[in-house]
Amino acid sequence: MTEAPLTDESTVRIALVVPDLLGTYGDRGNALVLAQRLRWRGYRAEIVTVLSSAESLPESCDIYLLGGGEDVAQQAAVSFLRRGNGLRRAVDSGTAVLGVCGGLQVLGTRFTTGDGKHHAGLGLVDIETRPGADRAIGELGTRSELPGIGVLTGFENHLGRSEVGDDARPLGRVLHGTGNGADGVEGGVTGRVVCTYLHGPVLARNPALADTVLSWAVGAPLDGLPDFPELERLRAERTRVRG
Amino acid sequence: MTDTTRQGARGGQHHGGESCSRPSGQRWRIVPPRGPETGRATLHRLRTGLALFAGRLATNTSKRLGLGSGGIIGGRVALALQPELLGELVSDKRVVVITGTNGKTTTTHMVAETLRAAGEAVSNATGANMLDGHVAALMTRPRADFAALEVDELHLAQLTERFQPAVLLLLNLSRDQLDRVGEIRSVEASIRQALAKAPRSRVIANADDPNIVSAAFDHPDVVWVSGGCRWKHDALNCPRCGAFLEEVDGEWKCVCGLRRPRPDWTVDDTGLIAPDGSHEELSLPLPGQINRVNATFALAASTALDVAPRAALERVRAVQEANGRYEHTVLAGRTVRLLLAKNPASWLEMLDLVADNTRPLVLVVNSREADGHDVSWLWDIDFERLAGRTVLVTGERALDLAVRLRYAEVPCEVTSDVQQALHSASITGSDQPAEVIANYTAFRDLFAKRQRQ
Repeated sequence: MTEAPLTDESTVRIALVVPDLLGTYGDRGNALVLAQRLRWRGYRAEIVTVLSSAESLPESCDIYLLGGGEDVAQQAAVSFLRRGNGLRRAVDSGTAVLGVCGGLQVLGTRFTTGDGKHHAGLGLVDIETRPGADRAIGELGTRSELPGIGVLTGFENHLGRSEVGDDARPLGRVLHGTGNGADGVEGGVTGRVVCTYLHGPVLARNPALADTVLSWAVGAPLDGLPDFPELERLRAERTRVRG
Repeated sequence: MTDTTRQGARGGQHHGGESCSRPSGQRWRIVPPRGPETGRATLHRLRTGLALFAGRLATNTSKRLGLGSGGIIGGRVALALQPELLGELVSDKRVVVITGTNGKTTTTHMVAETLRAAGEAVSNATGANMLDGHVAALMTRPRADFAALEVDELHLAQLTERFQPAVLLLLNLSRDQLDRVGEIRSVEASIRQALAKAPRSRVIANADDPNIVSAAFDHPDVVWVSGGCRWKHDALNCPRCGAFLEEVDGEWKCVCGLRRPRPDWTVDDTGLIAPDGSHEELSLPLPGQINRVNATFALAASTALDVAPRAALERVRAVQEANGRYEHTVLAGRTVRLLLAKNPASWLEMLDLVADNTRPLVLVVNSREADGHDVSWLWDIDFERLAGRTVLVTGERALDLAVRLRYAEVPCEVTSDVQQALHSASITGSDQPAEVIANYTAFRDLFAKRQRQ
């Protein structure tokens, strides 16, 4: 993508990728949060919804968001995203991508579905997923290893257990909850591709992560936004909750 | 052991029953021994009697101790003593079973009312919609001619394992409590399996909901109802093969062959079109298109059981509320309308209902077991349309709701409970009734509170 910082006149385009397949857990909320945090800072933002009936994924977007979905939907999402390979080119040019839950598995190298079948992921993050013995469901808290983010809070609901390979690093260390279910870590990051099991949606509960992703898209650090008290209180409440 | 007895009605009735027909003139017959079958049957009967007695005792005790209506505990006790009780309680009844994500309680209420035009009807009116709730309801009126039973989507299979209802209503399927109920595909598959065990039931199903159509498509006896489908986000792709559906706003179809069936009953802006082509105006005290669709399901069910259509229609037109839903009542000294919304599809319907007025709005969201602990779905709802309204939020997840509204640029006030919300300075100036939209346990608590007043 463009190297120069975007001016206030530019529009930041946020792609909501195949929400008909990957969009089970209020995942659209991540796009709403990003767009609104841009508008509050005087940027123009546009949410581009790309359904699986589209020819292929447009490459002109500044942020790509992938949500959660069921096994069959995940496989359909992989075959859609392979078509044209636009997401790979976008990632190679430094575009920000956020994958949540099923999105994590789709962006990873490989996932095994509940029926025991192996499927190749898009391979944009070195992370591999196998089914666990039971679903991990509940509040999840982590301490992020990305700079300036701190504690992440969200809700997890997944059967998959994911292992972060050598070419990626975890998004955070688990404080409570299951996370990836291996090595006490959660999520995975390679460059500007961020994957996580946190929803809630994750960017609604964690404005620091939202602003990090936005600064990547805009190409410059962003001005702070005045905190609103409900969000502060929500984060305090949710990080206290266990289970 | 063999025994003989003299010819006589008593002996015959006692031991042989109708199966021992005697040649005329025969003065004696061999009476079969009181074998294991007969013993087991007696035991079975005693056990059923005991189960009913203990169940009713538990219900009454629970009521007397003020622990609630006692419905579920009575059913649970009775079922524990006689696991086959459900099948026995329905054996001489014509049963309508109602399931789906939204509208179960209201539709069950309507179905019971229409059936009352033809006879006595029992129903699990309080929404206890698993087997113990069914048993509890049926125990209260063992001699009723009809039963209208609401059943939880995932418990339909347990029910059709035990008996085949006369009529089975499939209203709609959409995302709901994903951490408890699971994803729609698995719910659809479970309903499909349940229907496979009930080939003799008449199924009445929603032709506009691809998930419902997929569940009912293979059943031999389906009547299709069409009334539109507001929430589409769970049915853009084929439930069977995953391909993107064509023409999702109307005559939807899939490359795999699944398609919208031709409806037998249609309800549109002009009214109701019955299978025989007759047209009826359908204005109801209950608001919204969704309740016109629910009413049409009730009329289709009663028609299947030969209730006179005119009488059924009159009954359904008289339904004013269903277990508190849509009811105008007084809470904390203020007139309110109680609305239940527990998932994105039902919030969409309820926001439609309040969109045509400027009443103060109180939104209540909890996240207990029965609600689901995950409230991410709040972000699937277009709260942006509430811009300009006075909104108060409360409930266990008031802060999640407040953050959602902040991003939708809808100013709101967080209050500690509904009482405080209704006394908030921001709405005491208005003399309009307040609209209170609450999710499941929040609604239930408010309804209980208003009953105690």
